[in-house]
Amino acid sequence: MTLDAAWAVDWVRRSAATVAEHRDELVELDRQIGDGDHGENLDRGFRAVVAKLDGLDAPPASVGDVLRLVATTLMSTVGGAAGPLYGTAYLRASKSGAATELGADGVVAMLEAALDGIVTRGRANAGDKTMVDAWTPAVAAAVDAADHGAPPSAVLAAAARGAREGAAATVPLVASKGRASYLGERSAGHLDPGARSSELILVAAAEAAAAAD
Amino acid sequence: MTDRWAPVALVLVSHSRALAEGTAEVAAQMAPGVRIVPAGGTDDGGLGASFDRVGAALRDATDDGRSAVVVTDLGSAVLTAEAVLDLMDERVVARVRLADAPFVEGAVAAAVTAHGKADLATVLDSAQAAADTFGPARPVSGTSVAAGAAVGGPAPAGPAPVVPAAAEPRPVDTGVVTQDDGSVRATAVLRNPLGLHARPAALIVRMLAPFDAKVQVDGVNAASVLDLMKLGAVRGDVLTITAQGPQAGEAVERLLVDVAAGFGEV
Repeated sequence: MTLDAAWAVDWVRRSAATVAEHRDELVELDRQIGDGDHGENLDRGFRAVVAKLDGLDAPPASVGDVLRLVATTLMSTVGGAAGPLYGTAYLRASKSGAATELGADGVVAMLEAALDGIVTRGRANAGDKTMVDAWTPAVAAAVDAADHGAPPSAVLAAAARGAREGAAATVPLVASKGRASYLGERSAGHLDPGARSSELILVAAAEAAAAAD
Repeated sequence: MTDRWAPVALVLVSHSRALAEGTAEVAAQMAPGVRIVPAGGTDDGGLGASFDRVGAALRDATDDGRSAVVVTDLGSAVLTAEAVLDLMDERVVARVRLADAPFVEGAVAAAVTAHGKADLATVLDSAQAAADTFGPARPVSGTSVAAGAAVGGPAPAGPAPVVPAAAEPRPVDTGVVTQDDGSVRATAVLRNPLGLHARPAALIVRMLAPFDAKVQVDGVNAASVLDLMKLGAVRGDVLTITAQGPQAGEAVERLLVDVAAGFGEV
């Protein structure tokens, strides 16, 4: 069982759908500790990605091709910090996912590359109340699952669970990076919107893989 | 490379199109020989940073072989500029530096330095040194004859108190004196009503750039437009000018002429 470009396209479409569905929730989370544009920005970005996919003459040949299209489109269309952060994540992931099909190890390498991109771009560490707090446990869970011989879909399911737990764990944290850090102690008690959107996107990846099984 | 522009260009990345364009306008007035490319706001004119607009501005600034210093305002403008550079041709990236600098002050300081055909590292340093604008005032060695101006303090915000002694500049211009250590020294009275505000400060930096000399005015570096402005020197103040280097004498002579002429403002 491997994941191919069709899975990646389905992942993107599911991501766009879940971001649109949770748009208002993300707006509200960001309004509490940021500038309130995260849901709107990300929704606009993923709509643009879907429009680009719909306009392609031929289906993308590899996972890497799909992720590169996502990266460049999000960078161009998502304002705020989320554009360059997600853009860099997908760009690094696209370089690791250049093969036509991904096994469990390929999925882990792709997720690690995405996390590496976010950390490089945002200079945030685990515990800073950012996207990194969803991606770090997601990657750890994926590595663990792959080490135990799980197929790609189970590796992504583990990553989604890790992201969900990581996002929930941002609630008590005090932000030390990004706009929320301006609030200091007052940022505690709120779910980080970037961690929540990361969770939604990784859940979409797992659902697309489960559908492909 | 065309001669129209200095070898180092500026790219100004702001969340706001108006802020980027306005800052470019201010900097260009003080440094008309520098290619300054604003990249502000999102593609549809809203607040934010646009990957495409920043990329286009960087290509625009660096075509024809120029280098560029990028000055940014808030967090995501920095992230966007970095992401753009991640995807650009390495040969262009090698000629680009991101400045960690306050937006308006950094842009103005970098532009004036770039106007003197300074190299990339020098323009970058000039932008980054602009952060010192927010630090404590530097010691000032000159003597003020304007009773209303506190020595070393900021420029008075309102009209200076009317003090008869300061109303007419005193004739204390000494001409250029060569010191024992080979450096030169002169004093001169500021004649123009507004003193060392932005325009004459930029004029001094640009005028001195071609001279092979290090020049100080009241102890601060005369190659820094912000340091000159921070002196808060007003009409009637006696400036102490010192200089070192092969062309120190010529540089100071030229500066005395400009001061005596009130920078064209009297």
